[in-house]
Amino acid sequence: MTSDTAIRTPSVRVLLRFDGVQRTAHWVNAGLFLTLMFTAIPLYYGSFFGVVFPRHDIQMIHLWCGLALPVPILVSLAGPWGRRMRADVRRVSYWTRNEIEWLRTLGRTPIKADKFNPGQKANAIFTAAAIAVLFVSGYILQWFRFFPVSWRAGATFSHDIFALAVFIAVAGHVVLAVTHPQSLKSMFTGKISERWAARRASTWLAEDPETTDH
Amino acid sequence: MSEHAESNIGKVRVGRRAFIGLAALGAAGIAFGADAQRLFANKLGSIGSLLPGGDHFRIYTITGTLPYISRRGYRLKVSGLVDHPATFSLAQLEAMPSYSMVKDFQCVTGWRVPGVHWKGVQLSHLLSNAGVQPSAGAVSFDSYDGLDTESLTIPQAHLADVIVAYEMLGGPVTREHGGPVRLVVPQMYGYKSLKWLSGIRLVENVEPGYWELNGYPVNGWLDGSTGATNPNPNLT
Repeated sequence: MTSDTAIRTPSVRVLLRFDGVQRTAHWVNAGLFLTLMFTAIPLYYGSFFGVVFPRHDIQMIHLWCGLALPVPILVSLAGPWGRRMRADVRRVSYWTRNEIEWLRTLGRTPIKADKFNPGQKANAIFTAAAIAVLFVSGYILQWFRFFPVSWRAGATFSHDIFALAVFIAVAGHVVLAVTHPQSLKSMFTGKISERWAARRASTWLAEDPETTDH
Repeated sequence: MSEHAESNIGKVRVGRRAFIGLAALGAAGIAFGADAQRLFANKLGSIGSLLPGGDHFRIYTITGTLPYISRRGYRLKVSGLVDHPATFSLAQLEAMPSYSMVKDFQCVTGWRVPGVHWKGVQLSHLLSNAGVQPSAGAVSFDSYDGLDTESLTIPQAHLADVIVAYEMLGGPVTREHGGPVRLVVPQMYGYKSLKWLSGIRLVENVEPGYWELNGYPVNGWLDGSTGATNPNPNLT
């Protein structure tokens, strides 16, 4: 795209925010997380439900979803199909001083927003770390015989604390998603309007990002 | 690669640092979480048990349901290689000399509830009343759930803190905790403390219980590792 096209028709251009690989990874990941959260509740609060639920089946669903949890992210990052995903991971990782300040003051500092704002970046980093911690601690809980009992108790501790943090993060993520329909829609279609980017992601727009068909 | 490096000049690699920091926190939780939990429990008392990661029982059942046994209808059958087979009601058990203790409850999968109060009848009392025959080498336990079984050797069964409990945490043993009556073997992992105790059978040799048939050690001593070694060498 030449820059004069952009000037002539600024609101018509449609930018590619998430490619198919990223969207698929996101929704598979979301499905796994939701299943893990739903199955976690009766596993944790079993005594409150008391009666009749197929604990063993729920446990197996939780186990298999947990084992699968790192897969969508790792697969979407690997290989030639992961180019945009890898670029976005770098984007999430590198922060300007301005962005750090924005998060530190909880959004009260004016910001030149990147493709993702610092809150979204923080969420992505937390989610990645939570997957790692929950995967490892969950592994210890399942195959506990290979670990000393203090590790098993500690793994229970870490698994519980990080799971609670995930519940809070996911709740916040969903609230923000449904209150920002354009952003939410872009996670289904991959597309976002240039007008949105001008308002929400000016730094990204200045990089002359990829466009896509309407 | 060079174009990315260029565009990231003057930026801070927050992502990598934060990821490593959070992962280190998780690892620290695995390594020292047990101590932190103990600290919570001591400092916060009962509030500690409401926090995630705090101490609370996780209810496991084999059958997927919790057997219901009324306090009136409850019976404990003592049978097998004994001189005086007998069946006891809950009231009869409560009328026997009682034994109280406060012990940590440690599950083999890792969770732990410190300082659980138990009250019941010492198994050794029931055994001496029944008159164990010389040919008996082990005790087998049955559950009202119809599936779970457990076993102890005769010397293990005579440990003072092995009890048939009808009170827990200051009240009757509730249904999900194996009430009205369960076995408590505090020196071993929780799976040895069979819930919904229905029968005590004196047998010739140790019969591996449900969990043992599924791979857990028959001697479930709490020894800080896998239960493979026995901290009480005279009690095999």
